Amino acid sequence: MTNLSYVTVLDVAVGALVLFAVLLVWRRDLATLVRLLASQGVALALIPITLAAHRHDGRLLAVGIGVLLLRAVILPRVVATVLRGEQAPRETRPLLNTAASLLSVAALVILAYAVSRPIVDLDPTPATDAAPLAIAVVLTGVFMLVTRRRALSQVVGFLMLDNGIAALAFLLTAGVPLIVELGASLDVLLAVLVLQILTGRMRIKFGGTDLDELTELHD
Amino acid sequence: MTTFLLTAPLLAPALAAVAVALFGWRRSTACASIAGACVLLVIGAVLTTRTHTGHLAAGHVLRADALAAVMLIVIGAVSSLAIWASINYLDVELGRGHTTARRARQYGVLVNVFITAMTLAVIANNLGVMWVAVEATTVATAFLVGHRRTRTSLEATWKYVIICSVGIALAFLGTVLLYYASLHAGATAGALDIDALTARAGSLDPGVTRLAAALLLLGYGTKVGLAPFHTWLADAHSEAPAPVSALMSGVLLSVAFSVLLRVKSVIDIALGPTFLRVGLITVGLLTLLIAGSLLILQRDYKRMLAYSSLENMGLLAIAAAAGSRLAIAALLLHVLAHGLGKSVLFIAAGQLQLAHDSTTIADVTGVLRRSPLLGFSLGAGFVAILGLPPFALFASEIAIARGAADARLGWALGAALALVLVAFGAVVRHASTMLFGASGRSAPTLTLSRSAAAPMLTGLAACGLLGITAGPLTRAFSAAAAALVGTR
Repeated sequence: MTNLSYVTVLDVAVGALVLFAVLLVWRRDLATLVRLLASQGVALALIPITLAAHRHDGRLLAVGIGVLLLRAVILPRVVATVLRGEQAPRETRPLLNTAASLLSVAALVILAYAVSRPIVDLDPTPATDAAPLAIAVVLTGVFMLVTRRRALSQVVGFLMLDNGIAALAFLLTAGVPLIVELGASLDVLLAVLVLQILTGRMRIKFGGTDLDELTELHD
Repeated sequence: MTTFLLTAPLLAPALAAVAVALFGWRRSTACASIAGACVLLVIGAVLTTRTHTGHLAAGHVLRADALAAVMLIVIGAVSSLAIWASINYLDVELGRGHTTARRARQYGVLVNVFITAMTLAVIANNLGVMWVAVEATTVATAFLVGHRRTRTSLEATWKYVIICSVGIALAFLGTVLLYYASLHAGATAGALDIDALTARAGSLDPGVTRLAAALLLLGYGTKVGLAPFHTWLADAHSEAPAPVSALMSGVLLSVAFSVLLRVKSVIDIALGPTFLRVGLITVGLLTLLIAGSLLILQRDYKRMLAYSSLENMGLLAIAAAAGSRLAIAALLLHVLAHGLGKSVLFIAAGQLQLAHDSTTIADVTGVLRRSPLLGFSLGAGFVAILGLPPFALFASEIAIARGAADARLGWALGAALALVLVAFGAVVRHASTMLFGASGRSAPTLTLSRSAAAPMLTGLAACGLLGITAGPLTRAFSAAAAALVGTR
């Protein structure tokens, strides 16, 4: 791959990552959220695969394919099982309306550029130049977690946050050591499986997955 | 021999988990689980004698220094008490039909997996692997918190998993940034290994390290129960079965804290001690403030115990901020003593909850009159946790105060002491209602079987003995502190 096309592909991948983050905040239909999450997983996997092609690094390529499987196929499938049996598969009452949410995401992108100055300054390469956008995805994930009231949207927010962190790790250091990568992936998968089982129980106990029902414990 | 000492603490609880999975929760597998926890205790003790000058390593993955040895002792001591108490707890639950043999098996497996994950967090060589282990504790404990399958326990589990996973994800972000800084400081293989990080700490980029430090403090602080992400703690501790609350409060919080201490020793070299000191004092005082005010208002005794743990974690943050060898040694004594005392209290609370089917303080009064033995255990547990002699928290709190004074943290110490006094008053008031208050005629009779009393009395004896003389442990605490801060 020539240097120019490497940079282009990398920028497209990171750009797509952010684009899907924005779409995830925009859309309310839970089934669409799962499809968008899978697409974001593809964009994420494109980053290590591009880096691997550029550096002729076979191990990184294998990691990239693993990421593609986990983030674009397995995790969205687990999340999709939550959707089955959902009575009203829409986010009904988010804390912020669509316009305010999208404006907030724009503000978060600016914030991400502000806080990640030292990261870019340490080693300005095409990959680290894109790091602020990965941080923007992390912040957007947190934003989705705190403003959405359905269990599934919170799980999607958590996975978006995780996608952002994984993207940052690939952009800055071409991924964390393999043992950590494997352990972290397993942890995420297990955490999402736990959340999936909990949503099922929630539907039995509360008759729905609206998190506003969770108000019995307080001081 | 080294390989054995480092792998046995992982294998023992893991094998116990396999045993419970294969044969179900019965007397023999429960005893195997206790034996697994005792292996941690013994190996921790052996390691203290071998690590006071350096550390042992097995390959690149496992590493034990004096801090790991002390933490293994803490995990082993509290886990053996908690599993011992689980036998009676599950017997009663099974007898009443509140739980099934299948769920008891799940409980036994998850408790052992939980202990394995905590052990890995303590003896991992690599900050990334430590992170994986700490996140694994969240996954393992999720269904333990939700063991009772009520609406409230489901709510507590959801909040616990979401808040802790997000918090710990921030710590992963911090770890990635530290890795980036470490690679740029010239580290090659093993850039996240403790020794490699310590060796390069002086040349880490300050800008990136500052970001990493803030994220690591927030992230691991979530798991420790430090403000502002402490909200999961009271819910999870009050809804979990009592022996699990004992494990979470007694060791899980301090295992997360020990990871924070390791991070701190690297960050302090890179940025100087001021950066994390300011952070720790801020979150520590905020945590103490929240714990103190919620203790006053508390009506639920299990939540009261949870907020008391929050208060103790705030105090640990102040001790860590002081950061001297004396303060860190006192911190470790406090961790062990708090682990023992709080386990006793949670186990006693579990007995009260089983008898009354309520966790409201007003429903559970006059315990000392109704059951002298349970009343004694509860009362002595309160005396221990309030930091009164002869128990060890008396010594550790005084030493923490001295450490903070030596570090010229006078004003923070003053504020912390004032908040600790508020918490003290609140706990005394609630404790005296529970122990001496008038009880109505409808109060159920309290009986304490021998198998339920034994773990409590053992825990109290250990905590009392530790208060009278820490014996060889004094040297272990001091060596662990030296491993973190040098001989400062």
